[in-house]
Amino acid sequence: MKRVVITVVGKDSVGIIAKVCTLLAETGINILDISQTITGGFFNMMMIVDLSEAKITFSELQEKLDEIGKEIGVEIHAQKEEIFDMMHRV
Amino acid sequence: MINQYEVDETNRMITEENLDVRTITIGVNLLPCMDSDIDKLCDNIYEKITTVCKDLVPTGEKIEKEFGIPIVHKRISLTPIALVGSSACRSEEDFVKVALTLDRAAKALGVNFIGGYSALVQKAMTKSDRMLINSIPEALSQTEFLCSSVNVGSTKAGINMDAVRLMGDIVKETALKTADQGSIGAAKLVVFTNAPEDNPFMAGAFNGVSEGDAVINVGVSGPGVMRTALSRVEGKDFETLCETIKKTAFKITRVGQLVAKEASKELKIPFGIVDLSLAPTPAVGDSVADVLHEIGVEYAGAPGTTAALALLNDQVKKGGIMASSYVGGLSGAFIPVSEDASMITAAEKGALTIEKLEAMTSVCSVGLDMIAIPGDTSPETISGIIADEMAIGMINQKTTATRLIPVIGKGVGESVSYGGLLGAAPIMPVSKYDCSAFVNRGGRIPAPIHSFKN
Repeated sequence: MKRVVITVVGKDSVGIIAKVCTLLAETGINILDISQTITGGFFNMMMIVDLSEAKITFSELQEKLDEIGKEIGVEIHAQKEEIFDMMHRV
Repeated sequence: MINQYEVDETNRMITEENLDVRTITIGVNLLPCMDSDIDKLCDNIYEKITTVCKDLVPTGEKIEKEFGIPIVHKRISLTPIALVGSSACRSEEDFVKVALTLDRAAKALGVNFIGGYSALVQKAMTKSDRMLINSIPEALSQTEFLCSSVNVGSTKAGINMDAVRLMGDIVKETALKTADQGSIGAAKLVVFTNAPEDNPFMAGAFNGVSEGDAVINVGVSGPGVMRTALSRVEGKDFETLCETIKKTAFKITRVGQLVAKEASKELKIPFGIVDLSLAPTPAVGDSVADVLHEIGVEYAGAPGTTAALALLNDQVKKGGIMASSYVGGLSGAFIPVSEDASMITAAEKGALTIEKLEAMTSVCSVGLDMIAIPGDTSPETISGIIADEMAIGMINQKTTATRLIPVIGKGVGESVSYGGLLGAAPIMPVSKYDCSAFVNRGGRIPAPIHSFKN
């Protein structure tokens, strides 16, 4: 499994999750976990996704997420899960 | 599965607290390049470096992008050139030719520094060692990326005082030759005792002869992360303080281990070590002096600083050791003055003096680092400061070093700025009293006794 963590941070607006999920569905990327908080109008979402069946490469995913982020005015990052596993799991 | 809190913590460390991997350094064995013809030697060296390291920069950038962690520098360390050039180099000019070749290779590859213009002379200097050392001022003045180091002492061999005396002249001459750039040449020249062979940090990195053909060594950073973690335990007892440092060091080092393993896999070069050092940058908040302030001293250099640094250094090691499968290099807390914004403030306030820094180096890595001194400091005095620092390393079985910059044309009260990671430094006062009769004696200080420790 090729797990990637996607984080979205920015001002809350309608359809942020929909836009990201549409991209993932179109590119064959499965969502394993999703959580989200909104504090003071500030949107913070984290998704763990699986790229094993993906139709695009990891760097293409990063580019497409970047485009969506610019379009709706939020910061979207995709990072391989290992960096979090390494730091937080012994 | 990883949760949102953990993801946020990691990303906050990166975006707000300057967590980064300071360097991926490839160590390259240049011994197979040896030849008796200088031009052939230079060709061999250029070919070898540009072949082994050709993917270093793109791979580093790929890892940065995939994990979202900045990798500030990509560097190369080499077999000490005094050995590599011993057959071909018949003059100082020949060594400078090699230096220019190394600089050309570094430029072609886009790396930030190339180290290993070095000689290991803790016991004695060969003809080749002496020529290389004498060529350092010219080599550093004609190159941009090259770093040089000379190991003049060890716990097993004692201190080669002839070399210490010579290095006083070489440091001064290097400063003179680069006077128009704030004597920057001296910022790329380190004098060592007990130099490690797998150090990824510059200016002192070289690839020791006991290393393999190529090796990946990674240096981590993270004073900003440490400071933020400690700000949450303000006023708590030492147990809480030390536990916090250990846990934070563990997290920082894990990132280094991950990057080292990935780089090793991508480049098909064996993983050597992770260097656990807390390395500051001139960026605000990315400061070891700030960590000391969080521990409880008003400015670095105040009473208590040496103890605070000792516990910091020790706990960083304890936390980091478990985070990496192989630990090496310098591994400690660096206290370079010019590269650390709050060290600079402490020096400007008069809280931090060379003498206090010397005491601090006895409990941390690595030594009197990036210290600007008056341009009219005599070579003998520079040798005296080097000798003091080397003695601390020799007796305490640790690595110590000096990177002193006599800034030509400047005196106490003025400052010098280099930009980038090298930062800016106030000129610090040096003792006016003479030590020339001591450093001019010639010969060696014998190796110390290893029992009766007091």
